[in-house]
Amino acid sequence: MSGDLEMPKATQMPGTWQIFLGSLKRVVREPLGAMGLVLVVFVLVSALGATWLSPYEPNKIDIKAKLQPPSAEHILGTDQLGRDTFSRVLVGGQIALKVSLISIGLALIIGLTLGLIAGFGPRWLDNSLMLLFDSVRSFPTVMFALAVVTLFGPSLTTVMIVVIVTQIPIYGRMVRSQTLALKDAEFILAERAIGAGFFRIIGMHILPNVVGPLLILASMDIPFVITIEAGLSFLGMGVRPPTPSWGTILNDGYSYIYNTPWPVIAGGIPVILTTLGFTFLGESLRDVFDPKLRKEI
Amino acid sequence: MWLYFFKRVLLGVLIVLVAVSLLYSMIHLVPGDPVKTVLGPRASPELQAQIREKMGLNDPLPVQIVKFIGRVAQGDLGEDVFKRKSVNIIVFEQLPHTIYLVLAGIGWAMLVGIPLGCLSAIYRNSIIDRIAGILSVSCIAIPTFVVALYSVLVFAVTLKWLPAIGAGDGESLRSYLVHLILPAFAVGLGWVGYLARLVRASMLEVMGENHVRTARAFGLPERTIVFKYVLRLAILPTITLIGMSIGILLSSAVFTEIVFARPGIGRLIYDAVTSRNYPVVMGSVLVTTVLFVVSTTIADLVNALVDPRLRTDK
Repeated sequence: MSGDLEMPKATQMPGTWQIFLGSLKRVVREPLGAMGLVLVVFVLVSALGATWLSPYEPNKIDIKAKLQPPSAEHILGTDQLGRDTFSRVLVGGQIALKVSLISIGLALIIGLTLGLIAGFGPRWLDNSLMLLFDSVRSFPTVMFALAVVTLFGPSLTTVMIVVIVTQIPIYGRMVRSQTLALKDAEFILAERAIGAGFFRIIGMHILPNVVGPLLILASMDIPFVITIEAGLSFLGMGVRPPTPSWGTILNDGYSYIYNTPWPVIAGGIPVILTTLGFTFLGESLRDVFDPKLRKEI
Repeated sequence: MWLYFFKRVLLGVLIVLVAVSLLYSMIHLVPGDPVKTVLGPRASPELQAQIREKMGLNDPLPVQIVKFIGRVAQGDLGEDVFKRKSVNIIVFEQLPHTIYLVLAGIGWAMLVGIPLGCLSAIYRNSIIDRIAGILSVSCIAIPTFVVALYSVLVFAVTLKWLPAIGAGDGESLRSYLVHLILPAFAVGLGWVGYLARLVRASMLEVMGENHVRTARAFGLPERTIVFKYVLRLAILPTITLIGMSIGILLSSAVFTEIVFARPGIGRLIYDAVTSRNYPVVMGSVLVTTVLFVVSTTIADLVNALVDPRLRTDK
């Protein structure tokens, strides 16, 4: 071995996988993070396995067994049409997660693009994009959602449009401010001086710096999206019946609240568990990844 | 300083203008004829033409928008096509109910949340702080409408302590207040958490500052330090946060008003949306948007007044 020149070990960066595992450990060490992770995994597994886990077909009507309290056959009881609430809750979870992942994903992509354009583009473009963002954000979300529903009619697509349009400004703003901060950083100037192209700068330097915080922000938005989906469906402005959704289960339950409390209880608990889980997890992720916020005096 | 104020107010006005134009174009660019939606498919062509003329739908869109903004600027929100009643009257009949609800909600949240945040900051990292932290995050995470539904279930249906629906008989103040309790609880619960966390964070920040250390070095009693030197500074971001968040409050008021079948602007919009009553949708969304922009602008200005560092960032 002597005489060979080896690359100094210190320059080896830990792999992405190691970073991921390391931060996971730190998340789990906090009671809040551990609780969040357990809840999120629980929700994900039950949503992914909904088709196998649900004991009944979620839309199967059995009028004779309507509004039953929980029993051995129906773990969470039945609704006003005798449909098995447990099966409907499971499938509803699938829909809630699908809506949040698709719409947050699309909002991320569009927000990232617009934010980069605002950050790199000319001043007037930046200013007009910011004005547009502020204007979109100036509608209270639910009011905006109701206005959109008036136009497009209630459907899952409408819910996703609402989420995408209201989230784009948040992500766009964040990407813009990060881009502006980085644009004139010394390492970018150096890169530019050695002749790096626009796309190389964005792809190699801006994006990696922006994506991390953006993903944390997005993970903290999942409860918000789930609330919007359930809320709009509760108002009869989201998922159309008979498709199950936590919101429609709550709405049906609310109509029969004087007959039986079970559908309301069964529809609300998954909403609470999911929003709690993602919020707890998001909070501890943020603490782990953003040391500035961790400082405790 | 004045320049900043002027710029900020101008930005607020611009935002309202763009928002109104967006809303107007959105409603009028939808596939489907608004006149047919209003009158139904079987209305005679003459009647359709008459209503179209009346709604000003024959002009090109930008002209319509300018005309609409002009009318709104004069304080005219248009006419409800179904009831033939001025949208102004309809909206301002409902608005007070929402404002009372929001004020009651944020009021009780402040009464509980701010002391909770203080306690957490004073006894930081203790068991009290930990429990308060988890409670706060949980309060924030649970959606308002679920809180509303569960409180109906527990306090109105099961325990029968409080009424579940309506806003009272409209005569006695007592009945109005009793009907306000559960909705205000639902609107405020999340805010208890928000405020507690915010007050805790800003108190910890202030506690680390020089003037507090000096006060402590003078041997002032801890209570004087906390109330006179720390809390007074730490409360400022809280006040502005509330101003910034009127939109969230209004959103939660929509759900609460619907669950409790209360009158109010949220319920008004909901009813207008379900009956496709465009003028009322426009008018009420517009009023809430203006309310929101005005309150964020004021919050920004107050912030700038208190903290001169912020004035330069625009």
